[in-house]
Parts: sequence; C-alpha cells; structure tokens
Amino acid sequence: MIAELRGLKPQQIAAAAFRLREIGLVIALGAAVVFFAIRAPNFLTVGNWQDIARDVAIVVVVAVGETMVVLTRNIDLSVASIVGLSAYISADYLASHPGTALGVAALIAVGVGTVLGFVNGLLVVVARIPAIIATLATLAIYRGLSFQVTAGDQVSAFQLPDRFLDLAASKPLGLPTLAWFAFAVAIAGSAVLRWTRWGRDFYAIGSNPEAARFAGIPVGRRIILAFTICGALSGLGGFLWASRFPNVDAVAATDFELDVITAVVIGGVNVFGGSGTIFGVVLGAVLVATIQDGFTLLRLSEFWKMFFNGAAIVVAVTIDALVTRRLQDALRRRRAEVLAARHAAAPPRPEAAP
Amino acid sequence: MAVDDDNRVRRTPSPPAPLVELHGVSRSYGGVRAVDGVSFSVRPGTVHALVGENGAGKSTLVKILTGIVQLDEGELVIDGESRRVGDAQTAHRLGIVAMYQEPTVFQDLTVAENVFAGRHIRTRLGTVDWRAMRRETARILGELGVEIDPDTPVRGLGVADRQLLEITKALSSSARLLIMDEPTAALSSHEVENLFATIRRLRDRGVAVLYISHRLEEVGELADIVTILRDGRHIETRAANELSQGEIIRLMVGRSLDQLFPKEDVEVGDVVFKAEGLSRGGLFADVSFELHRGEIVALAGFVGSGRTEVARAIFGVDPLDEGQLWIEGRPFRPRSPRRALRRGLAYLPEDRIHQGLIQPMSISRNASMAVLPGLTPGGILRPWRETALARRFMEQLRIKASSPSQIVQSLSGGNQQKVVLSKWLAAEPRVLLLDEPTHGVDVGTKADVHREISRLAAQGLTILLISSELPEVLGMSDRILVMREGRLVAELSRADATQERVIAAAAGVAAA
Repeated sequence: MIAELRGLKPQQIAAAAFRLREIGLVIALGAAVVFFAIRAPNFLTVGNWQDIARDVAIVVVVAVGETMVVLTRNIDLSVASIVGLSAYISADYLASHPGTALGVAALIAVGVGTVLGFVNGLLVVVARIPAIIATLATLAIYRGLSFQVTAGDQVSAFQLPDRFLDLAASKPLGLPTLAWFAFAVAIAGSAVLRWTRWGRDFYAIGSNPEAARFAGIPVGRRIILAFTICGALSGLGGFLWASRFPNVDAVAATDFELDVITAVVIGGVNVFGGSGTIFGVVLGAVLVATIQDGFTLLRLSEFWKMFFNGAAIVVAVTIDALVTRRLQDALRRRRAEVLAARHAAAPPRPEAAP
Repeated sequence: MAVDDDNRVRRTPSPPAPLVELHGVSRSYGGVRAVDGVSFSVRPGTVHALVGENGAGKSTLVKILTGIVQLDEGELVIDGESRRVGDAQTAHRLGIVAMYQEPTVFQDLTVAENVFAGRHIRTRLGTVDWRAMRRETARILGELGVEIDPDTPVRGLGVADRQLLEITKALSSSARLLIMDEPTAALSSHEVENLFATIRRLRDRGVAVLYISHRLEEVGELADIVTILRDGRHIETRAANELSQGEIIRLMVGRSLDQLFPKEDVEVGDVVFKAEGLSRGGLFADVSFELHRGEIVALAGFVGSGRTEVARAIFGVDPLDEGQLWIEGRPFRPRSPRRALRRGLAYLPEDRIHQGLIQPMSISRNASMAVLPGLTPGGILRPWRETALARRFMEQLRIKASSPSQIVQSLSGGNQQKVVLSKWLAAEPRVLLLDEPTHGVDVGTKADVHREISRLAAQGLTILLISSELPEVLGMSDRILVMREGRLVAELSRADATQERVIAAAAGVAAA
C-alpha cells in the first residue's frame, strides 16, 4: 500500500497517510458493526444507536479539549475528576435552585472546569512540572475536592428539573440532544484548529517547541490556553454527564479519562504532539463506544471491555509508529530521486567520475 | 617559532613503522566531499597535530578513524594491514580511542561509572568490581593532577571537570592511537599543563596522539608532526619544528577568493544597534559593538568561540548576565524571542532542523510563522494571505518546490534554508542575525542567499553575519569582528581584512 504512494508528490503522500488513519477507523467501525449486527440481536435497533450516541457525546466533548492538550505535546489526566466535580456542582445548584435557567447551570459547570484547567496549565508552564505528573496530581486533588464538596451526599434524579433530564432524553431530528452538543463542540473545535492562529500554534508547538519559540510564538501562554480549553470542555462534559446520569455523587465519572484518552489516541492524535484531527478523534470515540456497547449486548465481562480499551491504544500507537517510519522513508526516497535527477541533469565534475 | 622541548630532542633518528596509514581516503555527504583523497600516516610515539579551518574535514576524518562513518574511497592501513573499521567496537579493539569536544556522559552516574561505562570491571563472581573501578579512576585522575572524587555524580561537575572526565575515559582504556578533539577548550592553564604532561608521558610510552586544536600555540608546544587540511584535502604534513605559526595559517587558509560574493557597496548609515558589555557566565564576556544601517558585519571566530551564544542572548533565547542593548537609540532588554521580534530583530538559527522549521508543515505555514499575528487580525487564519506570502518568497529566493503547500520535510537542504530565511524576512526586521546561513547548502543556494543578503543590506537592513567560511566573511561584510574564547579580540575593516589576519586573531597568534 505504501509502494503505491511512490508516484505521488510528497504533500500528497503526507495527506494520504492521514487519510489512511481515518479510512482505517471507518473500516474497523464497519467491521465492528457487521460483527455485532450478526452476533448481538438488539444491536441494529434505533434505541441502541441512540444509546451509543449518548455515550459518544460526552466522550467527544471532553476529547476535543484533550486533543488540544495532546497536540501541544502534553496530556491531561485530570479530565474525569473535572467532569465529576463540575457535574456535582452544577447538578447540586439546579437541585437547590430549580428555577434557574439551564444556561446558567451550564455556565457554572464550564466556569468550574475553566478554573481547574487553568490551574493545570499553570502547574505545567509556570511550575514546569511535566504534564503527566502535574495532572496525575490534580486528578487526585480534584477528586478529593469532590468528596469535600459532596460531603458524602448525592444529587438524585428526582431532585432535578425535567427540562435538564430532557437534555439526555429528548431526540430532536432523531438524534439525542447530547449528541447535538457534541456535534457543535466538534465543529467548533475543528474550526479552532483549522482556522485560528492559536490552533495553528498548538500544532507548531507540538511539532517543534524550540522552533516555535524562535518564531516568537508565546509557547507558555498557548499551552495554558490548551489546558484551559480542555478544562472548560470537561466542565461542559460534567454538565452533560449530570443530565445523562442524574444520580451524581463524589465518584461520578471515575476512570472516564481512560475513554477520553483512548478516543484521542486511536483517533490518530500523535501522543508526541503536532498532528491529529478532531474528525479522527470523533471516529475514535464512535468506534470505542460501539464496541463497548456491542460487548455489553453480548454480555461480555468487564475484563473484555477494559482489555479492548488498552489493546486499542497499543494497536493504534504501534500503527502510528509504523506509518510514520514508512512515511519518512518514502519522503527520503523522493528527495533522493529529486537530487539524483538534478545530478543527472548537470554534468558531473570530471574528478568525481570514477 | 616553534620551541624545541627536550622531549623532542631525544627522539630516535629512524622512526618506527606507522601505526595508521591513510591512503586516498574520501567521504562525501550528499554530493559535498567532506574528505577528499587524504593520505598521511601516524607513527607510534608521536604527537600528531591536525589543523584546519572549520569544515576542513577534521571531524569527518576522526569519525572515519573511529568507525562512526565509513570511507567511500581509499584505504586505512593499520599495523601494515589494510583494515575496514566498520564500527566503533572494531576501532576500539584496534586501540583507536577518541575523546570528543562535546563530552558524552551519563549525568546521573558517578565519575568512576562513567569512566568504565559499558566495560565495567568484574570480580571473579561476575559482579561489578567497584573497588577496582574507583581505584583505577582515582589513579588516572591523580596522574592528571585533578582532585575529583570518583564517587561524585557527574551532574555536579562543571564543564572543565567533564572535559577531564572525558580525558580520563580515554586514558583508562589501553589506547594505541588517542584522538583528542579540542581537549583544552574548557581547561585552566594549570589543568592544561597537567594534560600536556600526561600526553607527553603517553607519547614516551609509545602511544600515538592525534591532536586537534585551533590553538596554534598549543600545537607548537606539543606536536611533533603537523598535518594541515583545507576543504577536505590534505595540504601538508611536516615536522612541527619546520613550520612557523604564520606558515601554518597560510597553509590553512590558502583558499582562493575568486568565487566571490556580490556584496554591493552601500553607504553605511547611522547606528541602528548597539551592544555594550554583554556577558554570560562561562560563554562570553564584555562583548561590545555597534551596527549601522545597511551594514553587513561578520562575526568570525572558530566554532565554540561564543558567536552563536552572543546571538542567542541578543535574540532573547538565553538570558544575559550583564550588558546593555540599544535598538535605534532606545534601550532593549531581551527577554524572549517574541519581544525581540517585536523590536525588529530576527535570528536565523544555526540548527535549521531543530530551531528553524516545523518539518511536517507546509512552506507557507513555515514562512508565515513569525508574522502570523499580523496576517491574522482577530486570530482568524487567512490561508490565501499565507500562500501569497510564500509565493512571493518562493519567487524572490528561487525556492524550488511544486507549490506553497508542499511540506518542508520533502525539500532539499538548500531549499529548506531558503524557507527559514523567508520566515525571518517576512518579519521585516531592522536587524537580522544570520547564524551560518549557508552551512551545508549547495553552491547555487549559497549564491542565492548571498545575493539576497546583499540586496537587503542595500535596502537599509542591518545584518550581523556569523559564518565559519572565510571567503564568505571576507566577501560579504563591511566589517569583521573576531571572537576568541568568548571575547571580541579584533575588528577589521573590509580593506584591512585578509584570511590570514582573521585566522590569526581567531587562533590568538600575532598577525602573519
């Protein structure tokens, strides 16, 4: 398959490699759908698909933020703790102030997430703690904060207004409202990465932090921004989480970061930063949710779900490494051909001829 | 001029058979002949100096001898037998040991562990023999007259101590040919004395030492034989006492200036940039100079003399310890490249791969990188503007590419360098710092870059040109500042400058 790339121009080779990933995901998704359609009787029902869409939705909202962080060669492990804490705070506020507009509750959740994400950014940029350690620490701290805030309490579905629960239940145009949220966030995220200066800067920083600094890009500020966006979207994810799983307590969304990071990584975002698209991440999230759903319908044990998540990451990263190496070989060959052609065009120096 | 020391007088009249002979050794990198038909031999029990300008082929030769790169043509004869030194292990087995300019150490291991890295002494039980390792390390350090505890972690050592560690490493193995690349660069005079004593002791024991240094006074003091390389070719091998320093310099530089550079004569304007007393601990000290509008000033000197470090500090990459800067009369404190760019400075870094380009991005994205805020009011990208910018520079600098969307990774080195130049020119700086702008690029690209630099200066841009290529320095610049060991040691006008004068200043010897 790489051999066919040889006739292409270099930029076409690079574009083909990205498409390869997305095509690969679509094929895997197709295979999974066919497999479960045959093996799991209820898989091909509208209700089941809507379930999958609801699961995917929250993953996508948070994964868009995570993508921005990973693009800058960082990682945010604390997203699930932010989702949990903002889910409780916004749900608790709605329960105690039932008349509040949903927008206000959403803003509270997003505000909580923004602050927590900003703190992550400061730890990484100002305190210079490696992101994996800084956000591991805040994963624990933010979760601890949840226990403090809830004080052992939980918000229950009956305390929440119906219009809030409707966010998960209603299905305008056949698609759950949650999925419409995710759709909007994915479009907005794509637009930011493709059409704004800071989106471009994220890629530049992740590809080559030193060259980015030399080019006058405010590297530290951009990384803080990425973490802050990730926190804000985790906050929004928390708000949506509370409408989907309205019994919110201190352990809400525990381990959710695993789903998010799996979606990002198998969606083709390079774990060393610098490349990846929101479209790929959405495909990654859909694939993960579809397979999880299929496993549930087949009544497979929790082991297989966890195993799949882990294995998917290993497979995706291995494929990435292979494709990157092949791509670089192809580019090198192209360059060698160009140079050889140029040498053939110019007469060789007499003493260079053997 | 070379002083005969008594060690040399004792030498026997009939020299022993050569340890290593090179016959027509050549090595090319992408069409450029780094080493071109070099032949000479190294005999046991001699200190053999290898001198030449930056890029003369010394490092490549060392890499060939130590098996790191392979020769394309020619033959290596070791102990009278033709040998293929295919890798570092083979070289090591043959007794060829090199210590490099840049110490290669394991930061978190102790001095003794570093000395014996990869070849730990074992006890009879097969466990690591710490006592023997410490003892041996201490012995060598004592011989060098250095007081370092073998148990110190390397992280705690300064630059000079690391250099000594590297020497210790080389001495701890049973070397028959010891290659030293600028071993004294970071040493104090006391440490240099001890090192020289050790080298002489090794020589008297029959070890051959291939000694590479820009410090010609050291060469005169230490070497028995001198080999001079220029542009990858072997120029001369002679007994050190037959060569004066002036003669060595003449042989090093004898490069013709006919492939000249089209620097136009421009009326030089007011002072645009002024630096006073710039210092950064251990790298450079008390550097002061002025640059005028439309002027090209070269910053010459050997690699490691502090030129790049000065430029990096001015551009705000590294902090300055002391010193003041003015741009067009207003004081400027460099704190980040971003601020420097805003004040009209631009810096084309030496390392194009790591500092100049985002390899997987397109030409237009790279070219627009430093000016993106200006092209994107409100933060929204306008790809067509970036494309237009890239097209303009592709034409102006003759970048060979299929379109502005081609990714730079797929371009040749010369075209990549032109993209880096585009990025900085797009910023429309008032002062442009160029660090080795034509390093490793082909002749055509070089001419394009020179033409562009000259044209920009004619339009009033001020350029500080760091270059290791003397013809470029002499051809392009109105004025030449020469650095040696972190200090500005000479300033030459275009009329006064000759290759010999520049090299003499850079090497720290009286003008030839």
